[in-house]
Amino acid sequence: MTPNQQHDPAPPAGSPPVIEPGHTLGSITDKISSIVLTGRTPRFWYVGFALSFALVLLLFFCIAALIGIGVGLFGIMIPVAWGFAIVNFVWWIGIGHAGTLISAILLLMRQKWRQSINRFAEAMTLFAVACAGLFPILHLGRPWFAYWLFPYPSTMGIQPQFRSPLVWDVFAVSTYFTVSLLFWFLGLIPDLATLRDRARGRAPRFLYGILAMGWRGSAVHWHRYEMAYLLLAGLATPLVVSVHTVVSFDFAVALVPGWHSTIFPPYFVAGAIYSGFAMILTIAIPLRKLYGLEDLITMRHLKNMAIVMLATGMIVAYGYLMETFMAWYSGDIFEKYMMMNRMFGPYGWMYGLLILFNILIPQALWFRRLHSNVPALFAIAISVNIGMWLERYVIVVVSLHRDFMPSAWGMYSGTIVDYAVLAGSLGLFGCLLFIFIRVLPMISIFEMRELVQEEQARG
Amino acid sequence: MNGFSIYGLMAEFDSPQALLEAARRAYAAGFRRMDAYSPFPVEGLAEAIGFHGSRVPLLVLIGGIVGCLGGFYLQYWVSVIHYPVNVGGRPLNSWPAFIPVTFELTILFAALSAFFGVLWLNGLPMPYHPVFNVERFELASRNRFFLCIEATDPQFDPRGTREFLETTGAQGIYEVEP
Repeated sequence: MTPNQQHDPAPPAGSPPVIEPGHTLGSITDKISSIVLTGRTPRFWYVGFALSFALVLLLFFCIAALIGIGVGLFGIMIPVAWGFAIVNFVWWIGIGHAGTLISAILLLMRQKWRQSINRFAEAMTLFAVACAGLFPILHLGRPWFAYWLFPYPSTMGIQPQFRSPLVWDVFAVSTYFTVSLLFWFLGLIPDLATLRDRARGRAPRFLYGILAMGWRGSAVHWHRYEMAYLLLAGLATPLVVSVHTVVSFDFAVALVPGWHSTIFPPYFVAGAIYSGFAMILTIAIPLRKLYGLEDLITMRHLKNMAIVMLATGMIVAYGYLMETFMAWYSGDIFEKYMMMNRMFGPYGWMYGLLILFNILIPQALWFRRLHSNVPALFAIAISVNIGMWLERYVIVVVSLHRDFMPSAWGMYSGTIVDYAVLAGSLGLFGCLLFIFIRVLPMISIFEMRELVQEEQARG
Repeated sequence: MNGFSIYGLMAEFDSPQALLEAARRAYAAGFRRMDAYSPFPVEGLAEAIGFHGSRVPLLVLIGGIVGCLGGFYLQYWVSVIHYPVNVGGRPLNSWPAFIPVTFELTILFAALSAFFGVLWLNGLPMPYHPVFNVERFELASRNRFFLCIEATDPQFDPRGTREFLETTGAQGIYEVEP
């Protein structure tokens, strides 16, 4: 039934396996579930959690200040009314896309190597979208009225404007979050049952029991379950493409030079997957080391992710090239000026760094030797994370700061609150991730059992 | 429980192939009220115990259609009937602008019906089920495979069924308390 079980192409000769040999159904179950069920929390967990929680406290402080005093604490002004908040929003939501790509698109494509990384990639999606969702709400100025974005029977008799991409965005992001949550939780149910059966304490047994909802692995249940899982994957695939498309419409539908461009939807989606894979590598590399999961998250996974990064990075590079070409080819003086200003204007150094981090450094991935060099992959992933943030900054801020009328030009820079909220959102992401790896299996146990079974059947 | 004092008889196997084989034989022997339990989906197992056709895809299709029509109508009703805003004389029913939200709501409702549909069809959440009374059954979520023939099956008789299960190569046979 699982799509992965049919037509398994033999792995190319010489490439590392998706799972190291020697595992049995029992050993794989025990290995993954013991990370959660152990009474001893590793020291690095406390250190990591404490650091990220400190940043969460900073975030709470900033949110309180933003509500109490107002969005004037951000650096936003006219003409740059969309500052860090929107940059961070687009950056975070893009990061989420790789999780859905791994869990849904690779499932449909029958890629077996997804099975040991899909769970935490999906968790990463959820947490990244949660961080992303925070920013537009804070940026509203009066966050307590955020529900006005939804159509509800309002006593004021007013309704949202459905012709606006900003309203589409509300629907796209909230649907994306909901569907990612359902997909993730559906995948977790059999593993929660495993934890329920393996937990020794009363409280964990009870809590995992409640969450597993009485799952007992019946053949009929599995049959429906796999059908639903496959359908959810099929639904999530067009959804993930639509989300960043809608996000790009926020810009592309406006008339601002540097925003009003038809290449935005595909180029945003490619950028989203690019940054997402960079973030997965950033998380996976330390995790597999710290928890000794090198036999489950193998060099094959790192290599494949590096290749996806290189491919999507090239699409992004093509996007930059086309933007530049079209600015020249359009003959429009505003477009031409925008591009000159982007490269050589007051923020030109940012564009330079963007090209360096996002395009030049990742070209190192062409060297096959680097695919097995873990520190180098980690460094490149960090570089892409920074590069993609700079890209969003260049698109949002640099396009806005000089549009048509020189009299309306201005210079923007983030305030300390802008930086604090960005750091706080990183802390929130880390904090959620640390809680997740402590209380839930970060690798899908039942899918790994399937993989072990297939390996054994193959001999 | 038809006057039976047990829920059924459960046999334990150590491989999916053994379970699949036993399930096929049990079906051939005329048993219908039975279920197989495995730690991961086993291809063909549901069919082997006589399960055909899942209604999940139909539910998802219905959910998708409801989301699509409902989503479009929501926007139509808001933009044309309830709160029309005249933007330079452009048509109120500017349907191309309503497509993104219609699309998102189609996906949302289809996904919700896939998730809640599978829970509903599977009868989850289920706080109590007799199979958990078998102590070894906790391995059904680790590395063991089980076949349970239920006492409500017309062919069930405690001794004959046990003898049948012994011929399937089961590694253990347990009575399941109701």
